[in-house]
Amino acid sequence: MTHEPMPSPGMRESALFDRNVIHEIQRKAREGIYDIRGFGAKRKVPHFDDLLLLGASVSRYPLEGYRERCNTAVTLGTRYAKNPIELDIPITIAGMSFGALSAQAKEALGRGASVVGTSTTTGDGGMTEEERGHSEKLVYQLLPSRYGMNPDDLRRADAIEVVIGQGAKPGGGGMLLGQKISDRVAEMRDLPKGIDQRSSCRHPDWTGPDDLEIKIGELREITDWRIPIYVKIAASRPYFDVALAVKSGADVVVLDGMEGGTAATQDVFIEHVGIPILSAISEAVDSLKDLGMHRKVQLVVSGGIRTGADVAKALALGADAVSIGVAAMIALGDNAPEHQEEYEKLGSGAGYYDDWHEGRDPAGISTQDEELGKRFNAELGGRRLANYLRAMVLETQTLARACGKSDVRNLEPEDLVALTIEAAAMARVPLAGTKWIPGLNGNTE
Amino acid sequence: MGTAEQTVEVVDLTETTIRELNQRLHDAADGGPQNWRITHPNGVHAIGAGINAPLEIDIDGHVGYYCAGMNKEANIRIHGSAGVGLAENIMSGTVIVDGDTSQSAAATGRGGLLVVRGNAAARCGISMKGVNIVVEGNVGHLSAFMAQKGALVVCGDAGEALGDSIYETHIYVRGSVAELGADCIEKDFKEFHTAELTGLLAEAGVDADPADFKRYGTARKLYNFNIDNADAY
Ligand SMILES: Cc1cc2nc3c(=O)[nH]c(=O)nc-3n(C[C@H](O)[C@H](O)[C@H](O)COP(=O)(O)O)c2cc1C
Repeated sequence: MTHEPMPSPGMRESALFDRNVIHEIQRKAREGIYDIRGFGAKRKVPHFDDLLLLGASVSRYPLEGYRERCNTAVTLGTRYAKNPIELDIPITIAGMSFGALSAQAKEALGRGASVVGTSTTTGDGGMTEEERGHSEKLVYQLLPSRYGMNPDDLRRADAIEVVIGQGAKPGGGGMLLGQKISDRVAEMRDLPKGIDQRSSCRHPDWTGPDDLEIKIGELREITDWRIPIYVKIAASRPYFDVALAVKSGADVVVLDGMEGGTAATQDVFIEHVGIPILSAISEAVDSLKDLGMHRKVQLVVSGGIRTGADVAKALALGADAVSIGVAAMIALGDNAPEHQEEYEKLGSGAGYYDDWHEGRDPAGISTQDEELGKRFNAELGGRRLANYLRAMVLETQTLARACGKSDVRNLEPEDLVALTIEAAAMARVPLAGTKWIPGLNGNTE
Repeated sequence: MGTAEQTVEVVDLTETTIRELNQRLHDAADGGPQNWRITHPNGVHAIGAGINAPLEIDIDGHVGYYCAGMNKEANIRIHGSAGVGLAENIMSGTVIVDGDTSQSAAATGRGGLLVVRGNAAARCGISMKGVNIVVEGNVGHLSAFMAQKGALVVCGDAGEALGDSIYETHIYVRGSVAELGADCIEKDFKEFHTAELTGLLAEAGVDADPADFKRYGTARKLYNFNIDNADAY
């Protein structure tokens, strides 16, 4: 990172026109195009940090940290599938495409996830042998682009995820710029090499929830009703979208908040469309409860999950599991300080790097460049991911036991309070020290 | 084609559930009957979706959505009309529909051949990735939208936004084109294209003179972002 001069007292930075805004206006004036980048929202939005867990005391008693069991296993897809997915931990790896990520990085995700008994997910680019080979449980995405889609991969998947939206870009399609369309990526996607690939935002063969129901029926027929079908939606109108996903026959709803990561999207999309996951979970859970389907159709949530605390709070709000994207990439080694010099050469720094769309990732993760890809050691990356997931699970269990729960999914909204009025209103838990849930019980208490 | 001495397995969809039928068709990949006749389809959805064997199938009547979805190797003849997403993502084999088909026929198809004797509605061949499609009648708007590979032959007329944002698919139209989509232009025939069109018409059993067709394809102007093309988006 280049170091900015310390502003002296006479130099007052504008809150509206801060250095990032000024830089961006100057860049747009020069280049005439919006900013495209990876990562998730960088602005501050109400998040799980705005909630606290109420540990046990006299009214409730806790479980012994290292002695009493606290279950973390969860089964996804119990509604219709003959073979639901059994996970040992409630943290899954979110869909990230081969194309966005190198084949080695996909392999590492599979290795790490499989060691700790969880699933990985393909992405907008089809299924690679590396990830199928190394992922014990692999969720196969059906996206609007249908790149690489084929029935053999459907049949060898452990679940199907119909992607309707992604939190980083609700209403937007995929994007992979020319630098990353290598020979292999081009072949898998049936596209010419080196072009900017902008995939569609709507599915090609269905429109609306009535069609979706028939589409899901077709996928079940093709796979003989063996495997679960997830529906992934971006958080924008979760109450209605969850209800329609359930009505369409989803076994699992995956709900991705606006702060969720992406490999390449317009910055204006990442920062300004959709709602934070904190505000979406309660609506989704209400929707499931109103239909009598909470816990029958499982809810997986994502968007900025970093720690066991985030996991515990998401579960307490009613999710069955979470999934992670950006955090998994960081665990693999993205943005690691050892690449500081090279990040600087790219005009960025370790901890800031988000130009994943450019394919020049010094860590060899978000690239299709063979030389860069070779730098990344899939075995080591997989070990790091497994370590990270294990540590997060331990954190989650620590918090669950402190709340007296023998199963992480026994955490409940009653275990939570909010630090801010906004978070209290969004998550529908009381402001700490009060009984007040703004919007639910007015301002009378 | 099933010959006279081969037995034909007849399945009546008023007596058999779609689940049972599809399971039997899938199991046929491991042996069993190869010739099938499906009666009273009555617009049921997903008939013959996910077949993975060189079966010969005749369907007597109209089918619902996603008939022959993701087909591999089978030859399926529909003696009626078809609903949305006929032969979506077809991989190989042939699907022939005697009547008309609703929107998104052969959407994202990656191989094989779809023949429509009547008309195809909107989005015929949307995002096609290698399938060949021959339509004897007309196609609706946004046909071959974002089409990547393969060929679309239209013996009648084409609706608005034909080939919008097209990649490398070849389009041949005998009648009129209401409007070409972004980055889709008329192109000259080279020897390859005449041969391709002649072959497809023959394969589809369509009696038409390749010389009567015009060819359309990508201008390749939108392949890489250029601010000067912003008004095309
Ligand atoms: C590099 C990268 C690639 C992604 N590719 C896809 C994709 O192909 N399909 C998809 O549905 N979501 C994709 N996503 C979104 C993730 O599946 C997930 O929704 C998101 O990363 C969750 O938020 P988090 O990153 O804050 O954990 C991608 C995310 C990242 C970071």
